[in-house]
Amino acid sequence: MRGVVSALSRLGLWGRGAVIAMPFLWLLLFFLVPFLIVFGISFSESIVAQPPYAPLVGWLTDEEAGTTKLQILLNLTNYLRLTGDDLYILAYLNSVKIALVTTLLCLAIGYPMAYAIARADPARRGPLMMLVILPFWTSFLIRIYAWIGILKSNGVISNLLEWTGITSGPVEILYSDWAVYIGMTYCYLPFMVLPLYSTLEKMDPTLLEAAADLGCRPLKAFLTVTLPLSLPGIIAGSLLVFIPAVGEFVTPELLGGPDTLMIGRVLWNEFFANRDWPVASGVAIALLLVLVVPIMIFQYVQGRETEER
Amino acid sequence: MAGQPLRKPTRLEPWQDAGQAPYVRIEKVTKTFGDFVAVDEVSLSIYRNEFFALLGGSGSGKTTLLRMLAGFEQPTEGKIFIDGVDMSGIPPYERPVNMMFQSYALFPHMTVEQNVAFGLKQDNVPRAEIRDRVAEMLEMVQLGAFGKRQPHQLSGGQRQRVALARSLVKRPKLLLLDEPLGALDKKLREKTQFELVNIQEKLGVTFIVVTHDQEEAMTMSSRIAVMNHGVIAQVGTPTEIYEYPHSRFVAEFIGSINMFEGRVVESAADHALIASEEAGCELYISHATPAPTGTPVVVAIRPEKIALSKEESPDAAGRNNAKGVVREIAYLGDVSIYLVELPTGKTVRVTAPNVTRRTEMPITWGDEVYLSWRPFAGVVLAQ
Repeated sequence: MRGVVSALSRLGLWGRGAVIAMPFLWLLLFFLVPFLIVFGISFSESIVAQPPYAPLVGWLTDEEAGTTKLQILLNLTNYLRLTGDDLYILAYLNSVKIALVTTLLCLAIGYPMAYAIARADPARRGPLMMLVILPFWTSFLIRIYAWIGILKSNGVISNLLEWTGITSGPVEILYSDWAVYIGMTYCYLPFMVLPLYSTLEKMDPTLLEAAADLGCRPLKAFLTVTLPLSLPGIIAGSLLVFIPAVGEFVTPELLGGPDTLMIGRVLWNEFFANRDWPVASGVAIALLLVLVVPIMIFQYVQGRETEER
Repeated sequence: MAGQPLRKPTRLEPWQDAGQAPYVRIEKVTKTFGDFVAVDEVSLSIYRNEFFALLGGSGSGKTTLLRMLAGFEQPTEGKIFIDGVDMSGIPPYERPVNMMFQSYALFPHMTVEQNVAFGLKQDNVPRAEIRDRVAEMLEMVQLGAFGKRQPHQLSGGQRQRVALARSLVKRPKLLLLDEPLGALDKKLREKTQFELVNIQEKLGVTFIVVTHDQEEAMTMSSRIAVMNHGVIAQVGTPTEIYEYPHSRFVAEFIGSINMFEGRVVESAADHALIASEEAGCELYISHATPAPTGTPVVVAIRPEKIALSKEESPDAAGRNNAKGVVREIAYLGDVSIYLVELPTGKTVRVTAPNVTRRTEMPITWGDEVYLSWRPFAGVVLAQ
């Protein structure tokens, strides 16, 4: 037994290294390598073949001179097309707009929720948070399909509006930008509530008492004390919603109308309908670049918060 | 037991003056949380410029009473008047009161200056005046150079002073302090006690301080209210509380004390005689007791009022005199504590100052000693 332990301790450094190396290896294999492949394809040319893109690296054989040269073809037209064709630009802008509106809606609904849970009786906070996370126990797709049933004409909302007499006929919310906002806000709400809750719950309630004691009215106390102190949670929650929302595909595909233009859908179309892999890769790389900025903000905020703790 | 700091020769005793209207009047205030009665029909009058201490253990209701004064809790029954105004339903932000919190509750996202300026900003004080008053306050608490720091860059003692400056900058007539020195270490606490008293006298603010530390209450306050289970056990000056406790609880809560059970044998206008089997002698007390002859009472005697000697005092005559064996000695430097066991089995605590310097104690473990005390030493308490 002692021999095993000493052998392991001699391997200690190695063992520690292996533990750290595993996730890195994982990210390398399943993130960096595919990214490089996509990055490579984005410089390629679309051809009718299997796979449907021209190889970047090839051998150019000069018959006359009898020499073989290494040929690397970098095709920048895919990126030029992204800037040239306003479909892509519109899709990007629309994606950012939809993500922004979703983020704001999540914030508007999520902040009061998180605040109420954080101020609830400590024994009730756990079950309440559980309810926020509960939807994750069902498949995301099933939940979106459920929304189709709720939003379609003669669906739950439509019938309710007709029954109460607010509208005279069936109302169709489905297949519109509004349906997309509703569906996406619903899906991403927990990602907003969780970080907000954790910052609000950490906040010392005596700070608000101190503010009141110094003559500060409740609304002003919220604006000058609670809000600034929950800023890290607001930023973290907003980015957790915004970043995936920009690239969202399923919700706009199922709930959105034909003119709900989002970059995720364009990407899907290019890959699977047009089978134009190089352009699709270009779109993917551009999307990544668009998202690098908010991701970096997120990293910075998180880093600063852990530093303060 | 620490004594009182030097105060001005003319002692302030507004509670003795019938013409003085109390600044804070608490009238039969009760506060319940569900079934739990935190404060039970408490009535108190606190006067201008007092340094008033609410002293009690945890759960005695002292903090709840303070929070009701600040407006964070509303009394279930009863009324609180501050400067003659009924405070019922008046929110904390409209009360002429400021509070220093036990946790200090400094705003972590603001600098020291911004923290101190916060209260003035709420009143829309002109910017230049805010700057001057904040600077003046920080100077007073000796933090003039720390204005730009964040609270987390300060030590515990500095944070405490920022909290004090923040609560005083609005020049409140009444300052509530919740365990103001609780988070400080012993040396700093002693130093700050005197600083607080000086500031209070300089600014002429009425202080109400909640504390569980009897020494703190004794050192700083003009009067103390000892609280127990939501009820005020006794209100009085530190001397009154210490020398003339009204009840067994107060006697035992403040300092240490010896209790002898007995029965009143003689009750006169100027003295009382109590026979105590526990003490093994008759206890002669030079003040009257309301207890009539025959009632069982407790006589309380402070340890420092008992003299310890190897020889029997000549005027003993079986009164205020007992013989015992030294069982324990605790040497504290300035004083020593002796635990003396009487033949009746009762252990008596005696403190004696170490007047002379020597390494060998004149009285040591196992010695037979005589205990004696003067007629004024004992206090008769109802059982």
